[in-house]
Amino acid sequence: MTGTSNLLELMTRNLRQSGIYIAFVFIVLLFAVLTGGTLLSPGNLTNLVLQYSYILILAIGMVMIIVAGHIDLSVGSVVALTGAVAAVVVIREGMPWWVGIIAALITGVLVGIWQGFWVAIVGIPAFIVTLAGMLIFRGLTMQVLDNVSLSPFPAEYQRIAGGFLNGLLGGPGYDVFTLVIFALAAVGFGVQQWRVRMRKLEYKQSVEALWLFAVKVLLVAAVIMAFGWRLANARGLPIVLILLAVLVLIYGFVTQRTVFGRHIYAMGGNLDAAKLSGVKTKRVNFLLFVNMGVLAAIAGIVYSARSNSAQPGAGNMFELDAIAAAFIGGAAVTGGVGKVQGAIIGGLIMAVMSNGMQIMGIDQSTQNVVRGVVLVLAVAFDVWSKKRSSVSA
Amino acid sequence: MNENILEMRSITKTFPGVVALKDVNLQVRRGEIHAVCGENGAGKSTLMKVLSGVHPAGSYEGEIHFEGEHVSFSSINDSEDLGIVIIHQELALVPHLSVAENIFLGNEKATAGIINWHEVNSAAVRLLEKVGLSENPVTPVGHIGVGKQQLVEIAKALSKNVKLLILDEPTAALNDDDSRHLLGLIRDLRDEGVTCIIISHKLGEIAAVADSTTVIRDGSTVETIDMAEATRNGEDLTRRIIRGMVGRDMENMYPDREVTLGEEVFRVEDWHVNHPTQPGRKVVDGASLNVRAGEVVGIAGLMGAGRTELAMSVFGKSYGRDITGTVYMHKKPVKVDSVADAIKAGIAYVSEDRKRYGLNLIDDIRRNVSAAALKRVAPRGWINGNEEIAVAERYRTSMNIKAPTVMSVIGKLSGGNQQKVVLSKWLYTEPELLILDEPTRGIDVGAKYEIYSIINKLAASGKAIIVISSELPEVLGICDRVYTLSSGRITGQVPVEDATQERLMELMTMEKD
Repeated sequence: MTGTSNLLELMTRNLRQSGIYIAFVFIVLLFAVLTGGTLLSPGNLTNLVLQYSYILILAIGMVMIIVAGHIDLSVGSVVALTGAVAAVVVIREGMPWWVGIIAALITGVLVGIWQGFWVAIVGIPAFIVTLAGMLIFRGLTMQVLDNVSLSPFPAEYQRIAGGFLNGLLGGPGYDVFTLVIFALAAVGFGVQQWRVRMRKLEYKQSVEALWLFAVKVLLVAAVIMAFGWRLANARGLPIVLILLAVLVLIYGFVTQRTVFGRHIYAMGGNLDAAKLSGVKTKRVNFLLFVNMGVLAAIAGIVYSARSNSAQPGAGNMFELDAIAAAFIGGAAVTGGVGKVQGAIIGGLIMAVMSNGMQIMGIDQSTQNVVRGVVLVLAVAFDVWSKKRSSVSA
Repeated sequence: MNENILEMRSITKTFPGVVALKDVNLQVRRGEIHAVCGENGAGKSTLMKVLSGVHPAGSYEGEIHFEGEHVSFSSINDSEDLGIVIIHQELALVPHLSVAENIFLGNEKATAGIINWHEVNSAAVRLLEKVGLSENPVTPVGHIGVGKQQLVEIAKALSKNVKLLILDEPTAALNDDDSRHLLGLIRDLRDEGVTCIIISHKLGEIAAVADSTTVIRDGSTVETIDMAEATRNGEDLTRRIIRGMVGRDMENMYPDREVTLGEEVFRVEDWHVNHPTQPGRKVVDGASLNVRAGEVVGIAGLMGAGRTELAMSVFGKSYGRDITGTVYMHKKPVKVDSVADAIKAGIAYVSEDRKRYGLNLIDDIRRNVSAAALKRVAPRGWINGNEEIAVAERYRTSMNIKAPTVMSVIGKLSGGNQQKVVLSKWLYTEPELLILDEPTRGIDVGAKYEIYSIINKLAASGKAIIVISSELPEVLGICDRVYTLSSGRITGQVPVEDATQERLMELMTMEKD
C-alpha cells in the first residue's frame, strides 16, 4: 500500500482528533477578534502561559488516567498539599529551595502510592478512592499549614513559575535568545517530521504528497515562530514553558511509543482482552496513579511558586479543569481513547476562553456557564462521533 | 377445548444473512412436559424468543396459536399476560433484593404505588411452600444457592398465574440433588395442570421426565417423539434423540490434511478447578490430557461441561479458584500462574467470545495484532511503529484479512475477519500450543473453511492445537483425536477414526454414576 494519501483522507482519517485543532483555531480567532487583538498581544500571551501552565501539567496525567478508564478527583488537593510541604520546608524550616522541590515530589509519590494501592491492588473504583483523597489531602494541607498561608518563597523558587530566560544574547527591543530557541524548535519539528516520513517510505507506507508535507511543516513552523516572536517582544522565554514543553515531549513519547503507554490504551479499550493478552493490569494502574501524584506535585510547585505562597485553599477545583481539558481534547468517557497533545489543546481551549472572557470583562458567573456548556458540547460530540462510527460498521 | 395448548405453525425467522428457523412446527399438549432438544445453535433459543415475544410478531413468519386463539405478541409482557413465562438459563434475579421482592419484581402488590409488605411477604411464603423451598422471604437472593435461586424463579413464574412454563437449561448450573428436586417439582406442576417446555442438553433427564420431545436441527423440526409410545416400542430414548440431533449428512466442509505427529508438546495432569464465586463447586474435576506436535485435538462437551473453564484456567489461571494440577510443556512442568507466564511457556488461547476477551474493538488491526507480543516490536521498550505496521500487514496478507488497511478499526470488520485478527495476534506470540475455543462461532461457511485451512497449516508446521467445539461435525472434520467432557470430567478419549457423532454425544451426556 505504497503511494500518497490525499488531503481529504488526511482530514477525515480521525475527525475526533483533528476536529479539536480546528475548534482551537476557531476559538483563538474568535477571541482575538472579540478582544480587539489583546488576546494575542505579547504581554497577554506570556500571561496565558504562566497562568494556565499548572492546569496543562495536570491534564497530561489526567488524560492518561482517563484513557485507562479511571478518573482522579484529588489532584486539586494534591496540588495544595505538595505546595504546602514545599512551603513548610523552605519558608518555615529555612532549607534551600531545591530541598522544598524534592520534598514536594516525594509527597506526590507517596500520594500516588496511597491511591494506586487502593485502586490497583485492592480494586476500589478510582472515583471513590480519589474522592476520599480529595478530602484527605485537603485536610492534611490544612494541618501542615496550621490553617494559615505561608509566604514569601525565596527568589529562586519563584523563578520556576515567574522566571524568564532572556537577555542571554541581547537584542534590540526583542530577546534574541528566545527567538533562537523557538527557531531551533521549529527546525527540530521539521527534521523530526522529515525523518518520520523517510522511515515510512523505507517501510513502504503511504505518505502525504511532498507539497502537502512542506505546507504542513511550514505552517506549524510559522505558528511556532509567530508565538516566539510575541514572547520575545515581551519578557522572553518563560522557564515554565520549557518545563511544559519537556513534559509534553516525554509523555507524548511514553503514551504513543512505549509498551507501558500502549498497555494503558489496551486496558481502557477492553480490560478483559488486555488481561488475557498478558498485560499486568495491576502494575499499570499502580504506576499510573504514582505518575499522577508526581505530575500533581510538579503542578503544586509551579502553582505555589506563581502565587508566591502556600494556602490551605490552593488548587481548589483544579481537578475539574484538568478533567475538562482531557475530555475537550478528545478523550472518551468510556476510556481507551485520548491523547496527551489533545488534552493540552483542550486545556488551551479552556485557557483561551477564560482569558478572553476576562479581557472582555465578562463576569465570573457567565464564564462558568460558558465553560460548562463547552464541556458538555465537547463530550456530546465525542458520543455522537462514536455512534456515527458504529452505525457505519 | 383444544387438546393442544400451544401450536407454533411454520415459524421462519431470519437474521441478516442467516436463516435461524425454517418452517418450524411445535405442538404442545395441555398438561404435558415437552422437551425441546438440539445442538447448540440449532435454533432452540430463537424459537423460545419468538414464542415469548422477545422477537415481536412481524419479525418472523408463521403463526402462534395459544389455547386455540391466534396470538401475536409484541413484547414479553404480552406473552406473560396470557400466562406464558420463560425462565432463562442465566437467572434474571437481582441478588441484593430479597426473595419476596424478586418474586414480585415488576408485579408488585401495591395500592397507588405503595407496597403492602405484609401481603407481599405472606404471598411469597405461600409460593415458596408450593415449590418446596423453606427460606425466609426477606433473605437476599444472593445469599441462597443457585439451586434455590432456580426455585425462586419458578415461584416468580407461579406468581404470574403461569399456564405454560418454559425452562431453558434449568439444571445446567445445578448439582445432582438440586436437579432431582427441580425435576420432581416440574412433574408436580404438570400434575397440577401447568404445561412445561423444557430445553435441556441432559438427555438422561429428558428421557426421565418428558412426555414428548421435539428435536430441532439446523433451524428445522426433525420430529416429535411420543416418549411413552417410543418406550412401549422398546426404543432407547437417548439414542433416538441423539440420532435426530446429529443426523445430518456430512458435507465436504473440511479441507483434507496430512498428519505427521511429533513429540508430545503439552500435557495437563489431574487438573481441578473450583467455581470462582461458589466455593466447593467443581467446574473441572481431575482432567488430564495431552497433545503432540502436529496434532489437532478436540474437546467436545455440551454447554456448561467446563470446556472454556478448563482452557482458561490452564491459560494463566484466568478462570476459577483453588486450581490444582500440573501443566507440562515438552514433558517439563511449567508455571502458568499468570497470563504472561502462559504466553512465555508457549501457550496461546483464542477465546470463544472474541469481542469480550479477544479484541480491543475500538482500536485498529495493527495494534490488536501486536497486543499480546508487543515486546517483539519494542525490543528496547519503545515501539517501532513502522515495524508494527509491517507485521500487521504481513498477517493481513497471509491470513487474507479483508480490510482496506491495517489501520481499519476492528469493530467494523466481519466476524470471520475479526477471528483472523485474533488468530494473527496469537500467532505473533509464536506459541507451541494453540487453544482455539469455538474458533468458528458466528462465522459464515466460507470463512469457516478458511479458518480450518489455517488450522491445518499450523498443525503441519508442527504446532500443537486444541480445538474446543460444540459442533460435532466440526470436531470430527478437523481433529485427530477427541476428548469428551461432561460435568467437568473427561469421560472419554476417541481417535477420530473410531468416533461417530452418536458415540461422542453418548460420552458428552454421560452423567455422574
